[in-house]
Amino acid sequence: MKRLPTIGYGLLLAGLLAAPFLGAYPIFLMKLLCFALFASAFNLLLGYAGLLSFGHAAFFGGSAYVAGHAMKAWGLPPELGLLAGTAAGALLGWVFGVLAIRRQGIYFSMITLALAQLVYFVAVQIPATGGEDGLQGVPRGVLFGFIDLGRDLNMYYLTVAIAVGAFLLIARAIASPFGQVLKGVRENEPRATSLGYDADRVKLMAFVLSAALAGLAGSLKTLVLGFASLTDVHWLASGQVILMTMIGGVGTLSGPLMGSAVILLLEGKLGQFGQALANLSGWNGFAALGESVTTTMGVLFIFSVLVFRKGIMGLGMKRR
Amino acid sequence: MAAALRIQNLHAWYGESHVLHGVDLEVREGEVVTLLGRNGAGRTSTLRAVMGLTGTRKGSIQVFGQETIAMPTYRIAPLGIGYCPEERGIFASLSVEENLLLPPRLKGGGAGVGAAMGVDEIYAMFPNLAERRHSPGTRLSGGEQQMLAVGRILRTGARLLLLDEISEGLAPVIVQALGRMIRTLRAKGYTVLMVEQNFRFAAPLADRFYVMEHGRVVEAFAAADLKARMPLLNELLGV
Amino acid sequence: MNLLDIPLPILLSQLLLGLVNGSFYAILSLGLAVIFGLLHVINFAHGALFMLGAVLTWIGLNHFGVPYWAMLLIAPLLVGAFGVVIERTLLRWIYRLDHLYGMLLTLGVTLVLEGVLRAIFGASGLPYSAPEALQGATQLGFMFLPNYRIWVVVASLTVCFATWYLIERTRLGAYLRAGTENPKLVEAFGINVPLMVMLTYAFGVGLAAFAGVLAAPVMQVSPLMGQNLIIVVFAVVVIGGMGSIMGAILTGLGLGVLEGLTKVVYPEASATVVFVVMAIVLLLRPAGLFGKEH
Repeated sequence: MKRLPTIGYGLLLAGLLAAPFLGAYPIFLMKLLCFALFASAFNLLLGYAGLLSFGHAAFFGGSAYVAGHAMKAWGLPPELGLLAGTAAGALLGWVFGVLAIRRQGIYFSMITLALAQLVYFVAVQIPATGGEDGLQGVPRGVLFGFIDLGRDLNMYYLTVAIAVGAFLLIARAIASPFGQVLKGVRENEPRATSLGYDADRVKLMAFVLSAALAGLAGSLKTLVLGFASLTDVHWLASGQVILMTMIGGVGTLSGPLMGSAVILLLEGKLGQFGQALANLSGWNGFAALGESVTTTMGVLFIFSVLVFRKGIMGLGMKRR
Repeated sequence: MAAALRIQNLHAWYGESHVLHGVDLEVREGEVVTLLGRNGAGRTSTLRAVMGLTGTRKGSIQVFGQETIAMPTYRIAPLGIGYCPEERGIFASLSVEENLLLPPRLKGGGAGVGAAMGVDEIYAMFPNLAERRHSPGTRLSGGEQQMLAVGRILRTGARLLLLDEISEGLAPVIVQALGRMIRTLRAKGYTVLMVEQNFRFAAPLADRFYVMEHGRVVEAFAAADLKARMPLLNELLGV
Repeated sequence: MNLLDIPLPILLSQLLLGLVNGSFYAILSLGLAVIFGLLHVINFAHGALFMLGAVLTWIGLNHFGVPYWAMLLIAPLLVGAFGVVIERTLLRWIYRLDHLYGMLLTLGVTLVLEGVLRAIFGASGLPYSAPEALQGATQLGFMFLPNYRIWVVVASLTVCFATWYLIERTRLGAYLRAGTENPKLVEAFGINVPLMVMLTYAFGVGLAAFAGVLAAPVMQVSPLMGQNLIIVVFAVVVIGGMGSIMGAILTGLGLGVLEGLTKVVYPEASATVVFVVMAIVLLLRPAGLFGKEH
């Protein structure tokens, strides 16, 4: 690995470890880490396997519900709850993958969207999810029997540990022979097949891994925030993670981290920005638009497709 | 005689790939000119560049006196050019008759050259097409598709015909028929620029020859000099 | 009289409702397929433009006193014009890119359109009643046939058939079919393909807007009405494939009817039955029922 990125990551890690003592809100940072993990998992599929999944919210949200239910209704300790959520993500990812990989390109994306919508409707109807109200009151629990996750500081460092661990796993997977084959399949599938690689199997493996990690992110989020809701499985959540990855830089390791930070910060501040514009111009519409995360996301999508395809972290890179 | 087509210092690219390196050639009205050269010499690319089917183009391409280098593709054909691509380009989702009628009639002169041929005239020239007029275009044999490809540009009233490898893969009987057709067109005053690999087909038809290599013209001579140039051609083309 | 333990009037009325939904699926998947064939863009905004047609209809009546019948013509024209703007300012830059960008770009358009309209109108439904001539129902002895719903089915089928005829049997349609196969060659024959592309997009979204006008009295007119619909339409085109106009129409209608029947027999599954069918088709016939692989 080159020197500069390693230093960058090192600084980032140091910053994360020190953050609570520097006055940052642990809850916001934990939320950020969960979404950064979600985006990294998604980027594994888009940037490295070349597959645009429009339904990743199904894994994030689906696992959020499973983990939440496991910890609340079945009383599982957090480590098993997270495991259950991750496993659910992997399983759902396998089902989606088997169906979607049968078609190429744009059809693949449409299929993932449709399947995710199926999951959404199931979530709306199953009583266990709590419907419109969502699954509330998920306990933090006690990790490994002795670490009380009710203390935010403990929860924070666990989150950092999991996020960093998963991120390293992704980095490792990309650098591994599997990652090379994946890249080969993405760049020239017929050629990879003629060399003897089972392209579909490789793509499926990437899909399952991506879904599992997205599930881990969702489960972690449920643990941190204490609830899972329909927002987590809505297709807008799928759109949001696509946007995070695009803004940050598709196919770069750090892109999703940057992108999720930008989008979450933007969403947080958008209301204030809109209100300021409204006060300035006298048109209350700005305040309403400021409330509209949707419109902003839409503008950002258009912007990033037309003008900013490389994304923030992609700017410094040459064309792969 | 005026130039139907004058190309000067034409450079062309397909994306990043620089395929034509300063092509100079001219086709006068009423002439039949053949572009010779090995595969990859740039002959097809030249025709495509005239039609605006390559990427970036630089230089000068004048069609019947009009400069076309900066024109969008769809404004070039109406100047009076008909293009018969190497791959024939018959549309599978159209019937034979729809394929025939697809290229729009070009504004031209009255009778003679430039008069758009009627569909019946085309069918008279190519009876096989008439029989299959409602079949999907790609159900025809190779020879029939070639006739369709030529027929449809004749129908438009194009005066300058760009023909890319029309004899390729066809039975000798059909190739002979095509040769007769080209002689007839020449007698009627049509101008033809053809790319041909089949030397024996092309040689008796052309008034002049250009030889291309590496994206530029390296030799030019009239039909009368053909015999004298044979040794050179053998070397250049492996004929 | 009962069939499968379900009273016939209920079965038939659900069938009609299914046909109504199926008509919308058919028109929308038709437009999507036509646009994709020539532009190679999956127009995610199709649902939002359908919604725009319905919203314009509501605005037409409530702000300008323009009746339903006029809006049937005006809304598609307005949305078609808007489509021209989208194509010229946004879409034309991405044709040379991977197809995925088209879907993402139109997703952006969807979000902006829905967000802006939501900021103006709120998220709840705007009521719109059917025009007087179509209100009420026809008594058929064993059941009531709501007039407006019959009208929707008839109008949709007419428009679908007219579109099919236009594309498969006319000269203009030949240009479109050829352009779908080899746009550069068609351009080399002197046909203004960029113009054709623009008009095709406008036509496709105009169709969506027409469906929107039809939908205004039967669906809740709201900025969100296109959202869930577009995803079902995606499933419809995956099932039917996008290579065939007739295929898109038949698949849309068939799935609408299936959805209607499911509502009678097993209501909880009605929202998801189309997706389940999609999964089954993917397992058994991945290329889709009528599809040619693009």
